[in-house]
This record gives sequence, C-alpha cells and structure tokens, in this order.
Amino acid sequence: MARTHFDQKLKRLEEQLLRMGTQVSETLHLAVDSLARQDLDLARKIIEADDHIDALDLKLEEDCLRLLALQQPLAKDLRIITTVLKAATDLERVADQAANIAEITLRIGEEPLIKPLIDIPYMGVEVEEMIHFALEALVERDAEKARQICLQDELIDEQYENLLLELMEYIQDGGDRKRMFQIMNLLFTARFLERVGDHAVNIGERVIYLVEGVREKY
Amino acid sequence: MNKFTLGPKKLEAVDFSVYYSEFQALRQVSIEIPARNVTALIGPSGCGKSTFLRSINRMNDLVAGVRTEGELFLDGTEIFDEKVDPVALRKRVGMVFQKPNPFPMSVYENVAYGPRIHGLKSRRRLGEIVERSLAQAALWDEVKDRLHQSALRLSGGQQQRLCIARLLAVEPEILLMDEPCSALDPISTGKIEELVLDLAHDYTIIIVTHNMQQAARVSQVLGFFLLGRLVEYGLTEQVMTNPIQRETEDYLTGRFG
Repeated sequence: MARTHFDQKLKRLEEQLLRMGTQVSETLHLAVDSLARQDLDLARKIIEADDHIDALDLKLEEDCLRLLALQQPLAKDLRIITTVLKAATDLERVADQAANIAEITLRIGEEPLIKPLIDIPYMGVEVEEMIHFALEALVERDAEKARQICLQDELIDEQYENLLLELMEYIQDGGDRKRMFQIMNLLFTARFLERVGDHAVNIGERVIYLVEGVREKY
Repeated sequence: MNKFTLGPKKLEAVDFSVYYSEFQALRQVSIEIPARNVTALIGPSGCGKSTFLRSINRMNDLVAGVRTEGELFLDGTEIFDEKVDPVALRKRVGMVFQKPNPFPMSVYENVAYGPRIHGLKSRRRLGEIVERSLAQAALWDEVKDRLHQSALRLSGGQQQRLCIARLLAVEPEILLMDEPCSALDPISTGKIEELVLDLAHDYTIIIVTHNMQQAARVSQVLGFFLLGRLVEYGLTEQVMTNPIQRETEDYLTGRFG
C-alpha cells in the first residue's frame, strides 16, 4: 500500500524547494553581475525581489508544518520534511547575501572600479554551482554528491583567503577614502560569497542526514 | 537484537517461540526488556505481540494446545519452569486489557479483592491500600465519594483506571497493557498515557498498541513484530526517526503491503 496522496504532497514540497533554489541561484548570479557591470537598476530590482523569496521560504515552512501536524510522518518521511525545512532557510539566507551584494553595487555606485572584477564573479559562479549540486544531491538522494560539496567548500575558503590578501595589498598601497570604501565593500562581497558556500555545505549535510540517518558536520 | 543501556534488564526472552497446536505464533524471539521503562510493542494484526505479552504472565497457559520453546526469564528466573506458580507470577505481573473488565462489585471491593485473596484481613490496611492504589491510578479524587457504588457505573476511562488500580493494589513489578486505550475516547486516552508515564518511574511497563503516535508518546523502547518475529528493537526515538530494517520503515511510514 503506497500513501499516494502523501507521496504527492512530499513530491510537491521538493519541487517547491527546487523552484526556490533556482530563483535564489539566479538572484545571486544577477547580484554579482550587477556589481561587475555596475548596473544600479539591476541591483535595485534584486533588493526589491528579496521580499518575494522571503515569501517562498514562509510558504515552504507552512507547508512543512502542515504535513508534520496532519500526517504524523516518521522515519524517512520525517527526515525529508525537516531537510526541506532547513534547506529553505539556507536558501533564504543565500538570497539575503545576494541582496547584500546588490546593496554594495549601489553603495559603490558609479565610482569606477579599482580593477575589473574577475575573482569575485568566478567565486560567484562556483558557489552557485555548489547550491545547484546540493539541491541535486537532495533530489537524487545522493550522499556522496553531498560530501563532494563539503570538500568543494575548502577551495572556496582558499579563494576567499587569497582575495583577502590581495585586497590588503591594495589597502597598503594607500589611496583616498573612496578607494578604501570600495576595497572594504569588495572584501564584504567576497565574504558574502564565502557564506553562500557555507550554506551549500549546510544543505549537503542535511542531505547526508536524510539519506543515511547520521549527522556529519563539515 | 540491538543492545543499549537503559538500566538493568527485568525480562529476557531467548529464542522464545510459541505454538498454538501447529501454528507458530512466535518465532525465536530474543529480547531484553529494561526495568522501570515503558516498552511498546507494535506491529500489524496477528504479528505475535499480544501472544508475547500473554506469555509473560502465562495467560497463554489457559489456551488449549499451546506449547513454548526457548526461554523467558523474569529477574533471571525462567517463567515456564515447573516450580513457578502461575498465580504468584500474576501477582508480580499484572495485565490490563483492551476492554476494561471491572468486577461487578463496588469500586472499593474491586481494588480490595486482590489483597484480600492474598490473605490481607485488616480493614484499616485494606482501606489504606485501596486509597493508595486509586491515587496512584489517578482515580481517587473522582471516586472517593462513591467507593461503595458499583464499578460498572464508572465511565470507560474510569473503569480502565480502576483496573490499573486493582493491579497496583497487589504491588506488581511489571504492568502488561494490551491496547489499553483502544476502547477509550481521546481525553481518557490522554489521562491513561499520562498515568503510564508516571507509573514508569516505579514499574516496568510493556504496552501493546496499534497506535504508533501513542507508542511514540509513551515509550522509551520500541519493538516491532511481524509474522511472529521481532524485526527491530531499540530506543523509540531512534527507531522512529531512523529505523534499520526496511520492514520497520515500511510499517512506520504506512507503506505496508
């Protein structure tokens, strides 16, 4: 006997999460893009759209709670729902980081960039991929894939350290307030992206718990 | 069989089997039941959990054609040893059934019956025991002004608590409960569940239930039976969040059959 109705609800829950993941990924991409191209209109749109993503998170939370209350799930069903619940929170935080980056775009404004951005967009693409992988691992119930993400994060941390050192050199070279302001904000940007990597790892850890029933921290 | 530490073991089965004539109702069940905890036994109809329960106080002896193999130990003593007196055993191991079965006597007489049978004559002592047992069963306040009314006039939930008080009056060590709440409304069920959690401080309780949420609420240890076998056994929180056996997972998630 399958629980067809319940299974359908679980499937829809995961689909909702995936849709949220896609939107969040895209928002992040556009945020970094807005910074690289100094597109202030785009940055404003991203900041406005953050409310929409918060609403997605809230809806997912409500749906999860409803299933918990009404279906009394146990075992894997229970772990699926709590995984989706926590992953939604991580995705919402990623969207917050994207909005933060968009705000930096506005803060730097039309002041010319001290150098064309290469490392930051590169980091952006990498962490975007990590989010994708994490959600794929969830859908495919692939704990090994989830572990790969956790290892990938070590590279991200390294990139962040390198960027930090590079930006410090710019600081040492001196310059006016505007220049310092920009360098600080680029540093924050790198930090926000590094946080996105951490959120991908969180999702990966939840997937491992879902599939294997053990909690591993990375 | 999983091992975990929840205190000393009160009951132990080793390759324990029960046959009703040719039919094997229990298949080599090995289990250790810890003292002063609530152990829930779950499983679909006919899986052997009630048979197991009724073996512990040897109620199965009353069934024609019943035969056991393997061993069942209470505090290290084999229950089916010929030196064991089933009547004395049933004083130590009390049982509550799905349908409350108060005697057709007053509330007082119901509870005093057991101690009287075992030789107690002092009215003062009997009175004390009746009050203490009814209080332990969370029924005293509701019946203290009608102790001499017929027990049959009590509600279903009260009758069930009376049956529990009756058991407690003879100071058992183990309480066996075979779906004690199935015939009760949700509020009575809630009261009995609270009672079970309180009693677990002092007694070893084994409860058979069809209601998985009840098993989740009241038990610390959980055993899943299927077709006469003990398929999985462990801490309730562990089995219900991450069962080891596929069959357990299927049963818990309702994807059985």
